[in-house]
Amino acid sequence: MSDQHRLGAPDPDEKRVRRHTAGAFDIRNFIGALLGLYGVILTLMGIFGDKAYDKTGNIDANLYAGLVLLLISAFFFGWARIKPIIVPEHVEPADEDPTRPAPRRRPRRR
Amino acid sequence: MHALAGLPTADTLISANAVDYVIIALYFVFVLGIGVMARRAVSDSIDFFLSGRSLPAWVTGLAFISANLGAVEIMGMSANGAELGISTVHYFWVGAIPAMLFLGVVMMPFYYGSKVRSVPEFMFRRFGTGAHLVNALSFALAQLLIAGVNLYLLGSIVHALLGWPLWLALLVAAAIVLSYITLGGLSAAIYNEVLQFFVIVAALLPLTLIGLNRVGGVQGLKDRLTEFAASAPASAGVPPAEQQLSSWPGQALSGFESPFWSVVGIVFGLGFVLSFGYWTTNFVEVQRAMASNSMSAARKTPIIGSFAKMFVPFIVIVPGMIAAVLVKEIGELKAGGSPPGGASGEGVKYNDSLLLLMRDILPNGLLGVAIAGLLAAFMAGMAANISAFNTVFSYDLWQRYIRKDHSDDYYLRIGRLATVGATVIAVFTAVIASSFSNVMDYLQSLFGFFNAPLFATFILGMFWKRMTATAGWVGLSAGTLSAVLVAFLSEDAFGSASLGVIPVGGQGAAFIAASAAFVVDIALSVVVSLFTRPKPASELRGLVYSETPREDLVDLEEIRLPWYRRTLPLAGISLGLVIVLNFLF
Repeated sequence: MSDQHRLGAPDPDEKRVRRHTAGAFDIRNFIGALLGLYGVILTLMGIFGDKAYDKTGNIDANLYAGLVLLLISAFFFGWARIKPIIVPEHVEPADEDPTRPAPRRRPRRR
Repeated sequence: MHALAGLPTADTLISANAVDYVIIALYFVFVLGIGVMARRAVSDSIDFFLSGRSLPAWVTGLAFISANLGAVEIMGMSANGAELGISTVHYFWVGAIPAMLFLGVVMMPFYYGSKVRSVPEFMFRRFGTGAHLVNALSFALAQLLIAGVNLYLLGSIVHALLGWPLWLALLVAAAIVLSYITLGGLSAAIYNEVLQFFVIVAALLPLTLIGLNRVGGVQGLKDRLTEFAASAPASAGVPPAEQQLSSWPGQALSGFESPFWSVVGIVFGLGFVLSFGYWTTNFVEVQRAMASNSMSAARKTPIIGSFAKMFVPFIVIVPGMIAAVLVKEIGELKAGGSPPGGASGEGVKYNDSLLLLMRDILPNGLLGVAIAGLLAAFMAGMAANISAFNTVFSYDLWQRYIRKDHSDDYYLRIGRLATVGATVIAVFTAVIASSFSNVMDYLQSLFGFFNAPLFATFILGMFWKRMTATAGWVGLSAGTLSAVLVAFLSEDAFGSASLGVIPVGGQGAAFIAASAAFVVDIALSVVVSLFTRPKPASELRGLVYSETPREDLVDLEEIRLPWYRRTLPLAGISLGLVIVLNFLF
C-alpha cells in the first residue's frame, strides 16, 4: 500500500476513500430490519401468544427477547443513519505482480 | 412449508408452529435479498473474490467469526460442553484468541501488504510452484469436503426439525447457498455472515438465559452438575465435578491423566501448534480480512473478531452444560444410557444437546428464531468454505496452471462456475457423509494435518530470508506426513486404523500429531535451506520481514486514530480480557 499519498486523510477506515455512493445497500439496515421484524413478532407473541411458562420457568421470554431485539434494531438503524457507508471510488487492481499470470482488465459491461 | 405436507415426512423432533415458520422464512428472504443487492456491486473479479477490498473492519471482523461459527462449531462445542463441561472453553480462549491476535499483529501485514489474493498465492510468491501446489490443492479439497459435511449437518437438522426428507433438505439448502454466492460473490457471503452472526446470537443468548433461569442460575447449574457427577455410575466415565466446572488443568479435554502434561498439551498442542496452524493460514478466515478497506482494517479484522469469539463459549458451551442436567435424554446418555430418538433417529447423541434444550425450554416464537439461527450457522459455514474454494480454484489453480492471461470477465465466469461445481460436489459429499459418517470424521482430521505444518513454513518463511523454495515444499510435505504417521501410531486418531503404539487418544493424539508436524517442518526446512540456494533479496520485498520497508507493514495513517481504534492497543485489551477470563473460570 502506498500510504504516504494519503497522509492528509484523518481516518484510514472511512475517510481514506473519496465519498461515493452511500447506496441502499448498507448491511446495518438489513440487520436492523430483520432483527426489528423479529422483535415485533416476538413482542406480539409475548403479549398475545402462548407464554409457555412451564418451559421458560415463569418468565415471558418472547416479550423480553422481542423488546431487546427492537432496541438492537433501533441501534443499527441509528448507526447507519449517523455514519453512512462510503464506497471507494477506485480500488487498486491487484495485478501488478510480475510472477502472477495477469488478467487483462477490461471494464465490464453492465 | 406446510405445503410440503404431501411429502413423506418423519416425526419431527420439535413442534414448530406457523409463527416459527414465518420467522424462518423471513430469514431466508433476507439472505437472498442480500445476494441480489450485492449483485449490483460486483463489477469485476476483484469485487467478486475479494469484495473489492472495501469493507470496514467491524464487518470483516464479525464475518471472520461467523465463517468459523458453523455447524461443526456450534453443535460440536455444545456437545463437548454437555460431555466435558467448562474446559471446552480452551478451544476458544487458548485455541483461538492468541492465534487470532498473532494473525492481526504479525502476519496480516504480509498478507494484506503483498496484495496477494489468497493465502496459497502468498505461498507461491515466497516459495514458488512446489509449496503452492501442495497448499492450493490440499486447501481446495479440504474445503469441498468440509462444505459437504456442513451441508450434511444442515440437511440432517432440517430433517429433524421440520421433517423434510434428507435429500430435499440438502437440495434446498445447497440451492440457497449457491444462489447468494453466485449472485453476490464474497460480498454476499460476508454480509450474510454478519447478518448470521446476529441471528445466531439472537438464537443462542435467550436459550442460555432461559436455561440458566430454569436450573436456578449459575449456582444452580453448578450444584446440579456436582450432584450429577457424584451420583453417576462409575462406568459412565463422567468427569468429576471440579473438572467440569473449572477450565484448568483440563484433563477431561486433553485426555492426559497428569494435570501438568494436560496444561502443557493444551498450551502447546492446542494453543500453539494446532490453533496457529488453523487461524493464521486458513484462507477461509484470512480471506475475510483481505476484503477490508485498509491495512489498519485488515489487521483489526481478527482482533475485533477475537472480542466476539471470547464470548461465544458462553452461548454455546453453557447451553450444552445446561442440557446435560436439564434435558432428560442427555442426562441418561451422560449417565451411560442409550436413549432412543435424536436428530439422526438412531439414538440421542451429545450433538443433539442444543436441539433438545430448544425443544424443552423455548416457547413458539423464540423457537423459530432459534431454528433460524441454527440454519444460519450451518449455511454460514458452508458459504465460507465455498467462497474460499472458488477463489483458490479460479486464481490459484485455473489461472495459474490451466488458462493464463484471459480477461477479467473470464475469471469471474470461472469463479461462478466453480461455485456451481463446488455446490454440486458438496451435495454428493453430503450424501456420502450420510452413510459413512466415520470416514468423513477421519478425512476431516486428515485434512487438519495439512494445517499443522503450514504455520511453521509461513512463519519461518516470513522471518528468515535464507529459507529456500525447496525447503518450502520439503518442510510442508514432510511435516504433513509426520502428522499422519503419528496419527496412525496413536490410539484412535484414525479409529480402528490407528495402531496404538503411542498410548494417547482423543484430543491428546491430535495435539501430539500437530506438534510433530511443526517440529519436523522447522527442522527440515532449516537443514534443506542451508544446502539450497535462497531467492534473491530483491524478490522478497513484502514477503520477508527483513526485506520489507517498515511503511509497507504498518498503516501510517493509523496513528491519527484514537487509541481504541488502533491495532496494538485493541490486541492488548483482547489479550488482557482473555487472561482474566482464564483466571475467572
